[in-house]
Amino acid sequence: MNKKFKSAFLILIPILLVFAVLQSLISFEILNNYYTQILIVICINIILAVGLNMIIGFTGQLALGHAGFMSVGGYAAAILTLKLHLPFPIVLLAGGLVAALFGLIIGIPTLRLKGDYLAISTLGFGEIIRVLIINIDSLGGARGLAGIPKETNFAIVFFITVGIILIIRNLMTSSHGRAMLSVREDEIAAEAMGINTTKYKIMAFVMAAFFAGIAGGLYAHYFMFLDPKSFDFLKSTEILTFVVLGGMGSISGSALAATVLTILPEALRPIAEYRMVIYSASLILLMIFRPQGLLGTKELSSLKIFNFRKNNLMKVKKGGTKDVAA
Amino acid sequence: MDFAQQLVNGLALGSVYALIAIGYTMVYGIIKLINFAHGDIYMVGAFFGYLVALYLKLSFVPSLLISMLGCAVLGVLIEKVAYKPLRGSSKITLFITAIGMSLLLENAFRLIFGPNPKPFPELLKVKIYKLGGFQINSLQISMLLVSIILVILLQYIVYRTKSGKAMRAASFDIDAAQLMGINVNNTISMTFAIGSALAGAAGVLVGMAYPRIDPYMGIMPGLKAFVAAVLGGIGAIPGAMIGGILLGVAETFTKAFISTKLSDAIAFAILIIVLLVRPAGLMGKKVNEKV
Repeated sequence: MNKKFKSAFLILIPILLVFAVLQSLISFEILNNYYTQILIVICINIILAVGLNMIIGFTGQLALGHAGFMSVGGYAAAILTLKLHLPFPIVLLAGGLVAALFGLIIGIPTLRLKGDYLAISTLGFGEIIRVLIINIDSLGGARGLAGIPKETNFAIVFFITVGIILIIRNLMTSSHGRAMLSVREDEIAAEAMGINTTKYKIMAFVMAAFFAGIAGGLYAHYFMFLDPKSFDFLKSTEILTFVVLGGMGSISGSALAATVLTILPEALRPIAEYRMVIYSASLILLMIFRPQGLLGTKELSSLKIFNFRKNNLMKVKKGGTKDVAA
Repeated sequence: MDFAQQLVNGLALGSVYALIAIGYTMVYGIIKLINFAHGDIYMVGAFFGYLVALYLKLSFVPSLLISMLGCAVLGVLIEKVAYKPLRGSSKITLFITAIGMSLLLENAFRLIFGPNPKPFPELLKVKIYKLGGFQINSLQISMLLVSIILVILLQYIVYRTKSGKAMRAASFDIDAAQLMGINVNNTISMTFAIGSALAGAAGVLVGMAYPRIDPYMGIMPGLKAFVAAVLGGIGAIPGAMIGGILLGVAETFTKAFISTKLSDAIAFAILIIVLLVRPAGLMGKKVNEKV
């Protein structure tokens, strides 16, 4: 118990420190609104990325409709605020639950498919959600939904992001998490070991949809406006890029990539004309020269341990080849 | 008679989807890559046609041919630069690279030509022919004619020439083809060249029919053509043609008889139904997974 407490303490301290530094920078207006906005967008993108990482990185299923879930959550939360004036935490939770429900409805039929087919059908659902939103007048249609009150601030976004990361981290070290990993590694072997692969795929899918819904709610209550065009296929690929670039199956990698890729276009803003060209070219180059992503399947915290194990493995392998040669 | 009219419009649109879908399906057949940049090659084709028609003042057929050639070269170049170094890496890496390439083409063209739509020069005089209850204009006729000629040409290349045989062999089993002495690299380049040329032709045809082109015009037709390829059974060339035609007709009918706004959703709805009911598509072969 003492040990557990100690490790929890060790995680909590740096998180609180980071928060204290950033929050005081914002409070003392050293970081202006523009930088605060970037920080908040980073956090929202981290939520989306670590959520999608559960589907793609841990369960190994290629899903491409994540922006759809984000828009469902965002619209649901915004409507609840506008029509029923519910308190913000309940609205966020409800947005997440509605997105999760959509995840369940979409996940059950599509997760029977594999690989590219799954990618394309989830992409299709994402686009259908967008087209439907455009066609529903009470959601603002193509004009977008305006007049959402501003409820999101940095503290809320930060702690929700941290909370979600911790939830996913704890889940991945539990037996459920190992079951998800086994689906990625070898679905047939996992099934032979008695793991209900469909259940775990749907579980990852629904949870990711839930988190995306929360991210959507946060987004809606920060920008105070929802435009169906901003949840298109490009947004989904953007989230996918975070996951792949960070290294599939690495929570800290997804978070890191979401941070870098949110800052990069902003940092390139002075050369606005070229920024998207540079962004896309660097994406291609990164894929060619570092296809496993920034961190691979490793976590930031376990880098050292991983290197140690890898070296050991290498030694064994080298020994093995020597034996054969002899 | 409205029905016949919409059928003609649908066929014209479908023939364009078919031309793009063939490229998707051929590339997927060989290297199992959803080449997301393919829709943008179609856009580049339209811009090539625009440049040639505007600055070299050439007529329809030479403009079309030069644009196709340009796209073929571009397709091969993209394959060599971006996809070839990644051969053998995971599918998702290739996929992201293709998305990156798609973004790169869009933004590079946006940088060069600006974000505003450009009016496409008139390559063919628009004449309207009245046949019974419906009418067809010369642009639609040229769309259908060019598509048919190109498809026949493609059939000849794939089924009657040696490089076509190599392409079929490589898409059947790329490793075995390599062992039989087929130069797989050349075959893949050839596939990209042909697919891109067809997409380029589609770009010019659409540019003429809707005389406005912009750097983002390739996104939606690209996605829909991919849907057409899946609908027909990905990897099967005749399937891509049938899928393209079906999709074009379905979309035009939705626009005419149900709702204009829903026409974008119909393509994806069809896709999902096909995938859930018959995942191999209309003409695709079912592959049993080996354990």
